[in-house]
Order: sequence, then structure tokens, then C-alpha cells
Amino acid sequence: MSATLGDLALEVRSKNAGPFWVTMEVFLRDAEGYAIAAAAVDEQVVARLYAVDPATVRVFRIPALHVVKVSFPRPVPQGSLADRDLHAGQHHVPLASLVPGA
Amino acid sequence: MTTPPGTSTDDRNEHSVTATTPPDAVRVLVPSGMLGSGFDPAAIERGLAMGADAITVDGGSTDSGPHYLGSGTPKTTAAAVARDLRYLLRAAATARIPLIVGSCGTSGTDSGVDWVAGIAATVLREEELDLTVARVYSEQDAADLKERLNEGRISPLPPLGELDADTLESCTHVVGVMGHEPIVAALEAGADVVLAGRATDTALAAAVPLMRGMPAGPSWHAAKIVECGGQCTTNPREREVFVTVDATGFTVEPLGEATACTPTSVAAHMLYETVDPFTMREPDGWIDVTDATYTALDDRRVRVEGSRFVPAAQKTIKLEGARVAGYTTMSFTGIRDPLVLAEIDDWAAFLREVLTDRVQQTLGLEPPQYAVDLRLYGHDAVLGHLERPTAPPREVGVMLLVQAADQATATAVAKVANPLMLHLPTRGMQHLPSFAFPTSPAETERGPSYEFVLHHVVDVDDPTSMFRTVIDGSPA
Repeated sequence: MSATLGDLALEVRSKNAGPFWVTMEVFLRDAEGYAIAAAAVDEQVVARLYAVDPATVRVFRIPALHVVKVSFPRPVPQGSLADRDLHAGQHHVPLASLVPGA
Repeated sequence: MTTPPGTSTDDRNEHSVTATTPPDAVRVLVPSGMLGSGFDPAAIERGLAMGADAITVDGGSTDSGPHYLGSGTPKTTAAAVARDLRYLLRAAATARIPLIVGSCGTSGTDSGVDWVAGIAATVLREEELDLTVARVYSEQDAADLKERLNEGRISPLPPLGELDADTLESCTHVVGVMGHEPIVAALEAGADVVLAGRATDTALAAAVPLMRGMPAGPSWHAAKIVECGGQCTTNPREREVFVTVDATGFTVEPLGEATACTPTSVAAHMLYETVDPFTMREPDGWIDVTDATYTALDDRRVRVEGSRFVPAAQKTIKLEGARVAGYTTMSFTGIRDPLVLAEIDDWAAFLREVLTDRVQQTLGLEPPQYAVDLRLYGHDAVLGHLERPTAPPREVGVMLLVQAADQATATAVAKVANPLMLHLPTRGMQHLPSFAFPTSPAETERGPSYEFVLHHVVDVDDPTSMFRTVIDGSPA
């Protein structure tokens, strides 16, 4: 079975960034893992994983910290009837499950 | 008396002198990321011994959802706030340094400021402490904001669109998010304790360094790093941190003994709950940490230099507002029968179909007169359509949320759903199953459900102009 981003990471986390945005970070273990993640994660990939418009996705690559960070507007506003994750704290899972190159 | 912010310093020479001859450094003690979440009193003592010039702590956030702003009620319990304030007010009085609390009462409404002020007054009386308390109110009047809207001075932040007057009118509470300016004005007017309404997380710890002449880049960046207390350390469960801001940068260290600040733990905190890890907007400009460097001074202290602050041509105040979206009633049952679980998605679709039909027949209602969210906990409730197919779960918690314009309608729909939540078979089943309700009555009325509807900024000439300051002893 191929390694996921979660397997390459120390931690993958997600959280609200205010009521209208969600942000998530992949903290890779080392430079090698960072290089794989930095190449694997882009606006199109995130848009596909989260069913959002790629034009709204922002990807930040931070080599000094071995971090890839992703932010996009919450598809469902925080606290609305359809919101099942008020703090957006479980929305890292699709990103963590990504298999680079697959 | 309401003290007009920024106008009362002319006759206070000691502050003017301080402002013109900056100290070498200004030290800020942050006991935790949230007033009421607790801290170790011994760590506060260590911070005082290290020469803290101010104690600052956040009292709220939008993070727990729109209910707290919409209803103007706090998330924290009064006893927890009183416990923390007792130590912090004693510390402020002993060391003769300011205590600044922001976003009082979770959302920073006027009721939240008064709630914290009431608790503080009780503690001050019980402890026989003589401190001057300023309340800085941030709640906004819809009529005033409509004028500013008509003048073209309110604009949206992404992803929201242009604001209309009806949206402003519909809000139960609107707050403006203050920067450091109204807090500094209150301190310069003689306050020992500032209880602020909604404020940026960073304004609290930045206020005293900025007031005492420290450069804006390090002051703001330091404030961002310590705003969540121990979150910038290797062990966030130890909440207390200490930051020293000086002319060329800042040094941050934990006050807890079993934790450390490392270049990674500090730099990583710029990522936390931020859309953009390099720049952040404050009322009077942008914090820019693109060129910041993080260096370990030893095994628990980190030195940060190269932080910048870029003043904005147009000062802005962000608005937050919430309104009632409807009234909600919840019902919840459990399914363990593998025959139903094997077809759980189709069972849920069947329930929605039958419910829509039954509500139409019995109540004469059709969507959007009510709305239903059916969640299958244990199957795909949390991620919904983002979830991947898996084997049938062992058990599923079925949550039905019904929302309508009034509570009675929401509950009526939930009651119509009750026989289905108890007995609905799969489409092919020849018998009526009975599912596992955990509670009686089955329905729970959740009252009004709120939604955030503002994410806009107001152009202002004076960043104190939208806030009202009352210094204690004066009638409100």
C-alpha cells in the first residue's frame, strides 16, 4: 500500500480561520517528505479532494518548516444547519489520505 | 462620564515622558489563550519576577460558532472566569502593571464586557484591591452602520459579497473588532485594568509595547505569537508564556517548566487559524513576517527578528455580526441491525422521502418552510460527500436536525419524523424494526440557531471612533 501524506507527516491538522475560511497544515517529517508533499499538493488537487472551486484555493509551501499549508473558503458557513464540523477540526482527513503520485 | 479616547492624555505628563523616551524593552505576560481556561499561579509568579510590564489575555473568539455573538452570551462559566481574574487582578495590583482582557464574554458584545466587569468588580471587592477599570465597548448600532454603508465606507472581505442594509438590520448583535488604539487610549486615561469588547487577538499583547515606543513590526509579531498562550511552545498544555519586545525584535519563552519554545514551535504558530501565514491585517496596517528569522537562544527561548509592519493608507475596522437563521429541534436514534446498516445510505434516502411526504400530508408544509439535515454518525456524518465508501459500520447514530422559522414548526416536523426514526424498515424489508432511542422524550428543542452574516470592513479616519470607553466610577 502506498504512503499517504499522513504517513509522511508528523501531523496533519485543520481548523477554522474565522467563520468563513478553513485552513490546514501538513507538517512533514523531513526535507524529503516535504519535497513530495510540496509537489503533490496544488490548487487542483485540493479542489478535487474538497469539491471546491480551484480559483478559491490558496496553497503555501514553507520549506523552512517542512510545511504545506492550504486555505479555502468554507463550503458551508460555520454553525449553519448543514455544518457538521463547527471548528473544521476533522477536515484534514481527505488531505492526509492523499497518496502522492496516485 | 465617557472618556473620549485619545483626548485625555494632554495633562498626564508622566505618560508623555514615557512615550518620548522608550524603555530598552517591554515585557508581556500571557497566562493562557483564553480567560477562564486556567493556568498555574506559580508560572504567573515567575513572570512577575521576570519583570512583566503588562498581563494580557483573550476572553473570546468566533471559533465556537455564531451562537455566542448571536445571543450575546458567554461560552465560559462565571466561576472559571472569576478564578482566573482573581489571580490576574492580584498580580496586576502587586506588580502595579496593567491587565488587559479582550473579546470579553466570548464575542465581545456589550453584555459580554459588562459580564466580565461584574465578575471583576466582585473579585476586586473581595480582595480589597483598588484598581481603576476601563470598559471599552465595541458593539455597533445598525442605524450608524447603514449611514456608513450609504456613504460607501463598508466593503466585503472574501468570500462574502457586498453588504445590504437588510442584512445589517437582521443582526441581533454586531461588533467592531478593535486594534490597540482604544486600549492604549484607556491606559493613557488612567486605567489599570482594560476590559475590551471585541478586539483582534494581537491587539492585547501589542498595546503596551506600542504605547511605550517599541517598533510596530516586533510588537505585532510578538503579539501574534503569544495570543494563544502555550500554543507556540512544544507542550501547549502548559499555557503561560512571556515575551520581551525591544528595538530590534523580540524574545519569547514559556513560563511553564515542562515545555520550551523552539524556532519551529514559534514559527509554526503563524500558521495556526490564519488564512495566510505571512501577512495579517490589523486596523492600521499589515503584519508581514515574510523575512522574519527564528533563532534558538538556548533550549527554551527563541529570538525573532526581521518582522515588519506595513501601515495601511486606509484604516479599517472589521465587523462581525450574527442573526437568527431559524429555530432547531433535534432527534437522535441508534441503529445496530446489520440488515439495515448494509443499506444505510438507501435507508436514509427512504427516510427523507417518506418524511417529506408525511410532513406535506400532516402539516401542509414543504421546503423551504422547514429544512432537515439527516446525519449518519459512524458512517459519513462528519465529512459527508467527501467521504470514501467503506464496509458497513458496526452501528450508526442517526441525528435529525429540523430547522424552521419558529420552534413549534421545527418540533412538529421532528415529531412527524419520530415513527420513522423508530420503525422505518429498508425498502425491501417485510417487518418493522425498532431502533435504539437513547432518550425520552425523543426531541430536544435547541432554540434559536444563529448564523454569521458579516465579514466586512468599515473605512475609518480614527480607529478609536467606533468604540466607547467608560472608566470606573463614572456613570455608563
